[in-house]
Amino acid sequence: MSTFLGMPAIHAPRGVGGLRGDESFPKAAKAALGDTQLRANIGRATRTIREKRAAVVEEVPDWEELRLAGQQVKAATMARLDDHLRTLEEAVTRRGGVVHWARDANEANAIIADLILATGETEVVKVKSMVTQEIGLNEALEAQGITATETDLAELIVQLGHDKPSHILVPAIHRNRAEVREIFLREMPGVPPDLTDDPRQLAMAARAHLRQKFLTAKVAVSGANFAVADSGTLLVVESEGNGRMCLTLPETLITVMGIEKVVPTWQDLEVFLQLLPRSSTGERMNPYTSAWTGVTPGDGPQAFHLVLLDNGRTATLGDHVGREVLHCIKCSACMNVCPVYERTGGHAYGSVYPGPIGAVLTPQLTGIEDNSSLPFASSLCGACFDACPVRIDIPSLLVHLRERHTEEQAKEHRLPTPEAAALSLVGWVMQSPRRFRMAETALRMARPFARSGRFRSLPFPLSAWTTSRDAPAPPPETFREWWERTRDQ
Amino acid sequence: MKVALFVTCLADGLFPEVGRATVTLLERLGHEVVFPKAQTCCGQMHTNTGYGRQAVPLVRHHVETFEEFDAIVAPSGSCVGAVRHQHAMLARKAGDDDLAVRAEATASHTWELSEFLVDVLGVEDVGAHYPHRVTYHPTCHSLRLLRVQDKPLRLLRAVRGLHLVELPDADQCCGFGGTFAVKNADTSTAMLADKMKNIMSTRAESVTAGDSSCLMHIGGGLSRLRVGTRTVHLAEILASTENSVGR
Ligand code: SF4
Repeated sequence: MSTFLGMPAIHAPRGVGGLRGDESFPKAAKAALGDTQLRANIGRATRTIREKRAAVVEEVPDWEELRLAGQQVKAATMARLDDHLRTLEEAVTRRGGVVHWARDANEANAIIADLILATGETEVVKVKSMVTQEIGLNEALEAQGITATETDLAELIVQLGHDKPSHILVPAIHRNRAEVREIFLREMPGVPPDLTDDPRQLAMAARAHLRQKFLTAKVAVSGANFAVADSGTLLVVESEGNGRMCLTLPETLITVMGIEKVVPTWQDLEVFLQLLPRSSTGERMNPYTSAWTGVTPGDGPQAFHLVLLDNGRTATLGDHVGREVLHCIKCSACMNVCPVYERTGGHAYGSVYPGPIGAVLTPQLTGIEDNSSLPFASSLCGACFDACPVRIDIPSLLVHLRERHTEEQAKEHRLPTPEAAALSLVGWVMQSPRRFRMAETALRMARPFARSGRFRSLPFPLSAWTTSRDAPAPPPETFREWWERTRDQ
Repeated sequence: MKVALFVTCLADGLFPEVGRATVTLLERLGHEVVFPKAQTCCGQMHTNTGYGRQAVPLVRHHVETFEEFDAIVAPSGSCVGAVRHQHAMLARKAGDDDLAVRAEATASHTWELSEFLVDVLGVEDVGAHYPHRVTYHPTCHSLRLLRVQDKPLRLLRAVRGLHLVELPDADQCCGFGGTFAVKNADTSTAMLADKMKNIMSTRAESVTAGDSSCLMHIGGGLSRLRVGTRTVHLAEILASTENSVGR
């Protein structure tokens, strides 16, 4: 990892935002694995999206070339991120917008709260708010007496349920219809008491609730999927149309986005607008794509603010391997194919960014030691890399972050951890065929403890294996010994 | 052809029958097999657990042991995956470009068994006989790191007497993942449970794969459940003939 001289890496601060869980992944996963309803909900949903995605990707003959193009545009953009951001700032300002720079979550929250308070309003509508979950904006606004309403249906369900999102695209993936009905009945004012769990009825109830918000809110807060540097255009892609309402009806629009979302030119979007919908929702084209550039007198919001958020991103950029996570376009394809995510759901990751990408992004934003169990939350099966539309090599990044973690540990502790000691012993043994052979002979001493060639329980830490699986006993003769006995005369 | 066998540490120490089957098979096809005795381990466990630096001496040892051979074959998708995708990268990270170049050269003539048979030797029918109902689990590293595609299936289809049954959700990971199986034992077990359910649904007598490690995981689970389905490495099936005793 390298940083510029004299510039400490700024990570996402503690005590604010949705990047740190209370427990390590294995512990949180254990709880989730015991929840059969949750497992069924997530398993069903991911399988459906997975199959839909596979079918529409199949239709594109040059999918692999598109992926390569996406990867290359991202890599080239990140290499000159500072230039592109300056260009973006100039263009937004030229078109009547105001650009604010936020080093971290606290700065971003303060900027946004001040902007809202300056309008004299205490009610705001929100859309595309992944990044605001990252910085804990709703809680920060609440502390200032401002109420924020999520307008994306799934995010509304999460908000009303006093819950956390468990997927970046389908935040309420862990909820089923019956649960949604209960939440609406309990939390949504004016909802008809005879509401059923029919999807249409649920949607109508949400629509009535939201419409009233749209028509009264004077301030909106949004995220962004892309920002085009040379024209200063911001883009949001969504599938309900609620985003469009948020982006056009209020008088003031405040957009907060991570600095990695910038692309150099309008033309670069052609690649991503093909890759994104097929990868995320399994659709050929995105239903609603909204783009806006600064302010237009007499049309749409008359005040536009853009908050550019770092919150650990430049620190990530300083790691020449790890920076690849910043290429992510948040399509969520990787989590839909991940066998670990499918079983544990998103909450086990303790971050608003779950799944394979979350396991590499979160520890980089917070600093690796704050989320050190996440890079290990993968069997390295590689399904995420195959699904990723911008070819982020997530398995290699996981391995890279595991190494950064073990090195931090080595620096922090004078004595090696038991794991480090064991692996360095194994490494020492394996560097010499003579020592390896002696180890195999030693292993054979365990043979009398096996029953019909199997161990049913082993001592710690291998007991974690034998809780659910037998282990093979060493054979009477190793391959090496067989070779010497039969070939070496 | 003279073939250097990279037997892998797991097969050497715990599953010697897999190494023996590989030798039997290659010799039956008329090739000379040598076993470079200095070999130990590809270092994958170190690398994947976050001890990449400690894996570098193992990479050097592997390269020194195998670089002189024109054909190196291993009955393991994941160890060949480590040789091909990690060795040079580890050397380069450690600043040893010379080792990286040598590692790349060694990797370029290292093959997983099914690749070697189909791509290098050009055979699909290896003259095997295995009269059982069999299902095939494509291990993640064979599938995604090496992209062996349907080579193992083509080899299996040519085996006399073998009744191949398709495994539902075959491309799903069995949950092994090296130290993942221990560090995240609960999640790993949940993944294994689904894999076993799919295997049992095929009513196969044997489940086969190109990796002893995944078979150790699946076999460990099946044995705990006391179901009759047994695990057998692809090499063992391909080495079987009508005259061979045992499985
Ligand atoms: S890592 Fe790739 S697949 Fe995963 S969300 Fe990001 S762009 Fe999509």
